[in-house]
Amino acid sequence: MFDFLDSGQYDVLGAFWVTVQLTLYSAAGSLIWGTALAGMRVSPVPLLRAFGTAYVNLVRNTPLTVLIIACSLGLSQTLGIELGGDTFKETGFRLAVLGLTAYTGTFVCEAIRSGINTVPVGQAEAARALGLSFFQVLTLIVLPQAFRAVVAPLTNVLIALTKNTTVAATIGVAEAALLMKEMLENEADALFAVFGVFALGFVLLTLPTGLLLGWVAKRVAVKR
Amino acid sequence: MTSVLYDTPGPKAKARNWIYSGIFVVLFGLALWWVLSLMAEKGQLDADKWTPFVTDGQIWTTFLIPGLLETLKAGAIAMVIALPLGALLGIGRLSDHAWVRGPVGAVVEFFRAIPVLILMVFGSQLYVQFTDIPSEHRPLYAVVTGLVLYNAAVIAEIVRAGVLSLPRGQTDAAKAIGMRKGQTMAYVLIPQAVTAMLPALVSQLVVILKDTALGGSLLGLGELLSMNRQISANYSNTIATLVVIALIYIVVNFALTSFASWLEGRLRKSTKGTGAVVAGDVAEVDAGGATGVGKAP
Repeated sequence: MFDFLDSGQYDVLGAFWVTVQLTLYSAAGSLIWGTALAGMRVSPVPLLRAFGTAYVNLVRNTPLTVLIIACSLGLSQTLGIELGGDTFKETGFRLAVLGLTAYTGTFVCEAIRSGINTVPVGQAEAARALGLSFFQVLTLIVLPQAFRAVVAPLTNVLIALTKNTTVAATIGVAEAALLMKEMLENEADALFAVFGVFALGFVLLTLPTGLLLGWVAKRVAVKR
Repeated sequence: MTSVLYDTPGPKAKARNWIYSGIFVVLFGLALWWVLSLMAEKGQLDADKWTPFVTDGQIWTTFLIPGLLETLKAGAIAMVIALPLGALLGIGRLSDHAWVRGPVGAVVEFFRAIPVLILMVFGSQLYVQFTDIPSEHRPLYAVVTGLVLYNAAVIAEIVRAGVLSLPRGQTDAAKAIGMRKGQTMAYVLIPQAVTAMLPALVSQLVVILKDTALGGSLLGLGELLSMNRQISANYSNTIATLVVIALIYIVVNFALTSFASWLEGRLRKSTKGTGAVVAGDVAEVDAGGATGVGKAP
């Protein structure tokens, strides 16, 4: 029943490795971009706040598929921005990471912003009374505590991101969902076996992440 | 304007804010100018790429509106099937009997862990092999199947959270007047949980509508995003079409998101309900209203 795995025709592990790489690069990118957005949304400069709010509301309400296809058709094919990728494969991967980062950054931003709200008001007041500037209050007092509070929500975002990397299949990045589609077309008689392999793959990717980071979240949470 | 992170700006801080604003405007302007000049170079700013959306009504009647209707149809069917299914699964997870609780929990966790696209592709192949649904209807069936399987699991969690959010006294009181478990659930807990869940369910609709876009690009459903190919084939205006399509999605979803948060605010203030409101699928929906330190004035 599972002989399609031994035939050597399909590189299932390789496809899941691309999924993992997409997840890791996009996670790093969206953590940075999301933190920057959260900083903008709570900053004293009205223009930065307006930009942060507009960006989050616009991008969060756009389907990820639209963003990734816009990266491929719009940025790459129409405007010729290849992000330094030499081959079609490399370019597609980088465009997918760009789209995933732009999208996931908004959810990271909202999670961090809700984490900022868990920091007791008195701390920020005390920090200001010491004469710290906004940037110092944010980076030295508020954000370190906010990050510890939002490990659990960020874990959910990371798991959603892992599942969202399948959208890269729409622009032909050779990750798990695309391989599954190809395998189902060729190995029609093994429908449930193929589905089982890929379902198991995603359970194996997301379950340990959730358990591990759930444990971390309990360890680092600020007891109040 | 008051926020805890910073003082009401005095003259010096105001001047500094102006400088920061200026720097931001310059950087943003540069980025915008770079994008626009690149687009102009490739001829994407030419009037004939953009005017059809205003002058040519056919673009709307032949492509965009039917596409939007298909998106809304897939979303609505998925929601209507997923709601009762999710409610059943959610109640099943709360059962007193381990032989119900266990398997239902496993099913819910399984479908929550799998990407919706994988479920759609599986559903499509399932219909090819085991049913004789005509191929023109198959994409819709496949997309709805994927959406239902995934979202029923998510809704099950929302229902469970909704029931658990009610004060314990509700169950105790129902027991005290002699209600059985099923009666307590049907007459006391569920009706109250429904109001607590409403905002989360409306937000879930946004997630469903966004996910229908997957069906267009990989399974051939004629939804809004897939119209991009047909419009740009006729007018060769890829970027303009993608911008318009994105704007339609944003308008529809923003309306739903705003409605959900209005509903949430209303329910929190309401004197009738318990005041409990369930958060949506945390990873996909807004992580909660911003109040306190980070609150924007």
